[in-house]
Amino acid sequence: MVKKKGEVKIQIKDLNLYYSDFHALKNINMDIRANRITALIGPSGCGKSTLLRTLNRINDTIDGVRITGEILINGKNIYGEDMQVDRVRKEVGMVFQRPNPFPLSIYNNIAFGLEINRMVKTKKETDKIVQESLEDVLLWDDLKNNLKMSALNLSLEQQQRLCVARVIAIKPQIILLDEPCSALDPKSTTNLEELMQEMKQKYTLVIVTHNMQQAARLSDDTAYMFMGNLIEFDETSIIFTNPSKKETDDYVSGRFG
Amino acid sequence: MSFKLSPKLSQQIAYTLLVISTIIVIVPVLTVIVIIIKNGWSALSWEFLTTMPKDGMRAGGILPAILGTLAIVSCAICITLPVGVCAAIYLNEYAKDNLLTRIIKLAIVNLAGVPSVVYGLFGLGIFVMLLGFGVSILAGALTLSIMELPVIITTARGALSSVPYSFREASWSLGVSKWQTIRRVVLPNALPGIMTGAILSISRISGETAPILFTAAAFYVPHLPKSMFDQVMALPYHLYIISTQIPNMPKNIIFGTALVLLLMVLSMSLIAIVARLYFRKIRKW
Ligand SMILES: Nc1ncnc2c1ncn2[C@@H]1O[C@H](COP(=O)(O)OP(=O)(O)O)[C@@H](O)[C@H]1O
Ligand SMILES: [Mg+2]
Repeated sequence: MVKKKGEVKIQIKDLNLYYSDFHALKNINMDIRANRITALIGPSGCGKSTLLRTLNRINDTIDGVRITGEILINGKNIYGEDMQVDRVRKEVGMVFQRPNPFPLSIYNNIAFGLEINRMVKTKKETDKIVQESLEDVLLWDDLKNNLKMSALNLSLEQQQRLCVARVIAIKPQIILLDEPCSALDPKSTTNLEELMQEMKQKYTLVIVTHNMQQAARLSDDTAYMFMGNLIEFDETSIIFTNPSKKETDDYVSGRFG
Repeated sequence: MSFKLSPKLSQQIAYTLLVISTIIVIVPVLTVIVIIIKNGWSALSWEFLTTMPKDGMRAGGILPAILGTLAIVSCAICITLPVGVCAAIYLNEYAKDNLLTRIIKLAIVNLAGVPSVVYGLFGLGIFVMLLGFGVSILAGALTLSIMELPVIITTARGALSSVPYSFREASWSLGVSKWQTIRRVVLPNALPGIMTGAILSISRISGETAPILFTAAAFYVPHLPKSMFDQVMALPYHLYIISTQIPNMPKNIIFGTALVLLLMVLSMSLIAIVARLYFRKIRKW
């Protein structure tokens, strides 16, 4: 479908997912391109989160999930036999719907992943990455004197930014965001959207949103899903102005959903 | 023809019944405590707590019984806590919902319902006789630990499952393995709950008589325990003996012993309650 500029980062091939007997993703094929924002839209329950969560294999943790097909990241199948799931998740970071910082200090929220993944040897290295990550999400100036404060005392927007910082600290290639703004007010949403625009220089972003305006403003490519099927996937401008499927047109023009 | 109470009157009656029920709960507890304190207070002294019994236990202190109970209970909790927490981790974090898991859960529920004297007989058969530990601290501690296992597992599972799933997902999504997530994220957050459960367990098993009756407790030992394989005196059993088996026993020693046991158990419970309140207050999720 999409055959335009940008190297392919994620290739989804004949992907099916079952929650026990329920067929939640039906034969999905999709090429997601690097350094772009790809939005997944569609009515609630159509499988957006499920699809997103296959990209870092976090669905594996749910009882009864069965997956067929392949997802190639940089050409390697992340569901292949020789793939270590923890490795995959380190390369493919995730930001959740509700901000979920650990009940630790701001500093330790970021240091946690660094230490466990053995990415730092000294306190100085940790300090440096903590600072860089917080700078990237524009929290550093506000929080540099309060790094020992519990992350749970932050505002929701700050918490969500911290969750982004926690992910970029371990230097993934891809970042998945599942309705990252749904717990935020409009002002914070705008701020976070600006952040995402910045982030696509360095990362490949895939975002689930139920908000069509957000997909239209923010994303480069948009996928419309319905009942576990990928109906249409193309550049955002095309999806919203001149989609090739009638269902897509009905959905984005608000006649349905 | 039916007779109808006015809403106001029925409200009054309901309220009165509730108050009476509450009183029925509180009065016996308070009475027991008051009677024990009143009759036992005069026996309490530093000497009573720190010396051996004399005159066929009609005088002197209760040191060996206190130490015996402390030895049995501390060994028991050291065995049951790690085993129980590991089992809880398995059940809560790893076990899939299949037949085996359901059988295990059923077994735990049933184990919790077995009368404590049955544990005593089990301990006698397995630890004292079959494994040859004899009547000893070790055999008593093992018996108590098996009896307490279902309680520990249940409270530990409660503590583990109260840690939000989103913490686990956050950790996994950073490339942290399942086990590291348990060790670094789930356990630290569940620890307060596990610990208060453990303290309550200590308080509960301190007062148990039946499980140690055949496995650890002795009528009288003229010296303090030296090893895990020694028989010991224990507070609850000692209390039973001096109340029923020894003629002309001074009343204040009986009640004094009961008071010591009661204080031990109540202070443990109190610590657990305070700890729980404290952790609830500092916990933000
Ligand atoms: N853990 C699960 N077990 C069973 N069914 C699930 C589970 N998670 C999601 N589903 C089902 O899969 C479908 C897609 O869900 P989801 O991906 O969360 O939708 P969306 O994010 O688009 O709202 C829904 O019908 C939902 O009920
Ligand atoms: Mg969703």
